[in-house]
Amino acid sequence: MSHAGVGHHHPKGIKRWLYTTNHKDIGTMYLVFALIMFFVAGGMSLIFRIELFRPEHVFIQPQFYNEMITMHGIIMIFGVVMPAAAGLANWMIPPMIGAPDMALPRLNNWSFWLLPFAFSIALSTMFMSGPMPDFGWTFYAPLSTTFGPKSTDFFIFTIHMLGLSSILAALNIAVTIINMRAPKMTWMKMPVFVWSWFITALILLAIMPVLAGGVTMMLMDRNFHTAFFEAAGGGDPILFQHIFWFFGHPEVYVLVVPAFGVISEIIPAFSRKKLFGYHMMVYATIIIAFLGFLVWMHHMFTTGAPIESQLFFMYSTMVIAVPTGVKLFNWMATMHKGSLSFETPMLFAIGFLVIFTIGGVTGIMCALVPSDYQYRGSYFVVAHFHYPLLSAVMAIMAAVYFWLPKWCGKMYSEAMGKWHFWLTVISVNVTFFPQHFIGLAGMPRRVPDYPLQFTDLNQVSTIGAIVMGLSQLLFLYNLIRTVKRGKEAPQRPWDGAKGLEWTLPSPMPYHTFEEAPDELHGYED
Amino acid sequence: MLGFASAVCYLRRFSKRLCQLAIFIGALCWQALAQAFSSYWNMPRGVTPVSHGIYHLHMVAFWVGVVISSFIFLWMIWIFVRYRHSKGAIPGNVHEHMGVEIVWTVIPIILLVILAIPATKILIKIHDDEKPAMSVKVTGYQWKWNYEYLDQGIRFFSNLATSQAEINNERPPGPNYLLEVDHPLVLPVGEKIRFLITSNDVIHDWWVPDLGVKQDAIPGYVNETWTKIEKVGTYRGECAELCGTYHGFMPIVVKAVSPAAFKQWVAKQKTVSNGLTPTKPKAPAKPMTESELLTLGKTVYGKNCAVCHQTNGKGLPPTFPGLVASPIATGALEGHINIVLHGKKGTAMQAFSEQLSPSEIAAVITYERQAWGNAELNKKAGHPVLVHAADIVKKEIEESGS
Repeated sequence: MSHAGVGHHHPKGIKRWLYTTNHKDIGTMYLVFALIMFFVAGGMSLIFRIELFRPEHVFIQPQFYNEMITMHGIIMIFGVVMPAAAGLANWMIPPMIGAPDMALPRLNNWSFWLLPFAFSIALSTMFMSGPMPDFGWTFYAPLSTTFGPKSTDFFIFTIHMLGLSSILAALNIAVTIINMRAPKMTWMKMPVFVWSWFITALILLAIMPVLAGGVTMMLMDRNFHTAFFEAAGGGDPILFQHIFWFFGHPEVYVLVVPAFGVISEIIPAFSRKKLFGYHMMVYATIIIAFLGFLVWMHHMFTTGAPIESQLFFMYSTMVIAVPTGVKLFNWMATMHKGSLSFETPMLFAIGFLVIFTIGGVTGIMCALVPSDYQYRGSYFVVAHFHYPLLSAVMAIMAAVYFWLPKWCGKMYSEAMGKWHFWLTVISVNVTFFPQHFIGLAGMPRRVPDYPLQFTDLNQVSTIGAIVMGLSQLLFLYNLIRTVKRGKEAPQRPWDGAKGLEWTLPSPMPYHTFEEAPDELHGYED
Repeated sequence: MLGFASAVCYLRRFSKRLCQLAIFIGALCWQALAQAFSSYWNMPRGVTPVSHGIYHLHMVAFWVGVVISSFIFLWMIWIFVRYRHSKGAIPGNVHEHMGVEIVWTVIPIILLVILAIPATKILIKIHDDEKPAMSVKVTGYQWKWNYEYLDQGIRFFSNLATSQAEINNERPPGPNYLLEVDHPLVLPVGEKIRFLITSNDVIHDWWVPDLGVKQDAIPGYVNETWTKIEKVGTYRGECAELCGTYHGFMPIVVKAVSPAAFKQWVAKQKTVSNGLTPTKPKAPAKPMTESELLTLGKTVYGKNCAVCHQTNGKGLPPTFPGLVASPIATGALEGHINIVLHGKKGTAMQAFSEQLSPSEIAAVITYERQAWGNAELNKKAGHPVLVHAADIVKKEIEESGS
């Protein structure tokens, strides 16, 4: 096995990154891109949280407020969580399955490089004379079609490019997992992270074409006089919502299932115990992914749906809670009777469990149609969906701390990591927990100004958001410091960590496994 | 890094303070939870049978959630205390157990069934919209509501009544800031009222938490829902679906009155000349003077136009064009009348022919052609600066004829 770069001719400087077909370089680019976008979209959320510090206009106009919430949502989903998860897949799937690289390296390069261009197009609308996209990340027709600003066409093009990028990345990941596993790694011996990404890739392949179709119909409505979503032309605005949420709900699982995989790797490592109920964990994820395609209308309970479909989608949504509960209990059972230590990755994994539990519980509340009549479109829903999404973000941070020593061969500062964890987990709850109450008390979402009775809790939320934003600077500093002058990391920095990736030196060699490994180095071995 | 380490040391020295702070924060959280159960921070019980049902379902779901999450969090704390590597815990070797898997599959299913039964019952009740006593058609506009009493023949727009000065931080906000309208929806208590909800432009959502009613207003669809208010009072809500720039500025105010008072209110709308019953466009008997037009125009402008075009006429370009020296306000009169009467498709500029009377339209156009120095520009170019209601009526009759 060769060491990093020795005997391989690859270009230096910018060309290395532009031309690279190496899964590690591409993984790094995905993660760095996600980190940059995290600060961009996070900055946008601070702009509107500060506007919401007081009921009246504070410093931005309602129009700009709408533009900010739209870009915040789109970037956080497509520019932060998805690329970060793709970066983890690129870095970790080949070493975890004993492969030299991804199956389709050139495709891999292209699927990454589509992203910076896609977001440059979306963000360039900021410097154009008309308004930026201003219809929320859900871009409901006709607000985004007949009534959309001119920049909507840029937005549509961005979505097309993002969809293409995701489809190619998903294809690559699925093909790699199917074809490039070490001989002894049968399906039911794959690490759960790999299983999770395999399932995620299949979801992506199913939903992204649907979204692409939806935005193409928008493009036709806006520019070629069709009327797919225009009631006046015989079209149907609700059709848009069906298409959007048929993509949109499984998309939630695209964001959170890789996080499930990460947690299933980290909790056993720091409990020094094999994952409890491996088979059930895999089956539960498959069932969640499948059911995820049957619940999209729970986002549309107030559109005037007939009672029969409301009941069906209420029950199917509630059923998802069962496999999700199974996963949660199995993670708990993994920790139970383990031998726990609380390094930063484990802290973030526990943070994931806590935050995901709260999000799951409010999810069940939202599934009940009658209660949902009061929750829908209010801050309760904002609070609800930020919990699972932030749990995904925390899982990604856990993954970064967990595998960073393996990636760059250096150790991060544990003290700073712990500070980052505590500041993040507290500020996340200070920001989003009060929003449940604001919503229940009657404040609609996506409003720049609000009635006076919601002031106190909005101020608490804004303070939480500012702390959350600032504490991420600590994360950034810790990362840079680790890469520049962290201490040398051993081959296996976590004594409980098992699996093929830990048999490689830190940092990993440029070509991961040039020969397929004989043993799997799991808990049984 | 040194700076960071010394900061940590510094904080450690004050760990006692930190403990006190933690206790204080804990007390605050407890206070917050206690508050949550009181009505102020919770979903309102409301004043209709449906809203009561929803409230009870919400509380059942809430407590089920509290029980589940408390169980998980307590188990977690137990694990963190009991199985620490630093205390020499030795990992167990049970990695699979079908029994517990079945237990934690079946118990959640039972809890879900407990929630599904009342949810289904209330949902069936919500969908029972048989035999209403009266019907109100609710139409969403960017950014106001239109109410049409189908049985009484009353139709009016309900605009935000909060002043731009309060919104722009020039005056302290009043108690009903952003929750007040010029004409509330007046409804009788104790009667089953059917709402037919639709939209004129984009999707809105008509939400009054106290009534337990939230229904999307969708162009091309008429959604049906109903309410039966039990208590006299004023109930306020807001639009709950992002509908453009001023989504947060189109509140809903429902004034529930006794059936007798409702009858009186209806009768008044039919008799009073400035009541809310729509009439065919006709010019007032005596044409208004220029100063009367300007006074009325300023009021109409403030209520209907200033949100977008701003009180100073400068607008909020590029979304909302200014009117100062604009091609419309200082161009040919024909174009100006046309855009006010018919609006501009795909924008928030609506067809005001159905919202304002001919006198009001004439007044607002006169005001826009004279205010902010537009008068000089118009005079220089030889464009008229004065429009009478009769001109507007003439134009409308011409158009309906053709």
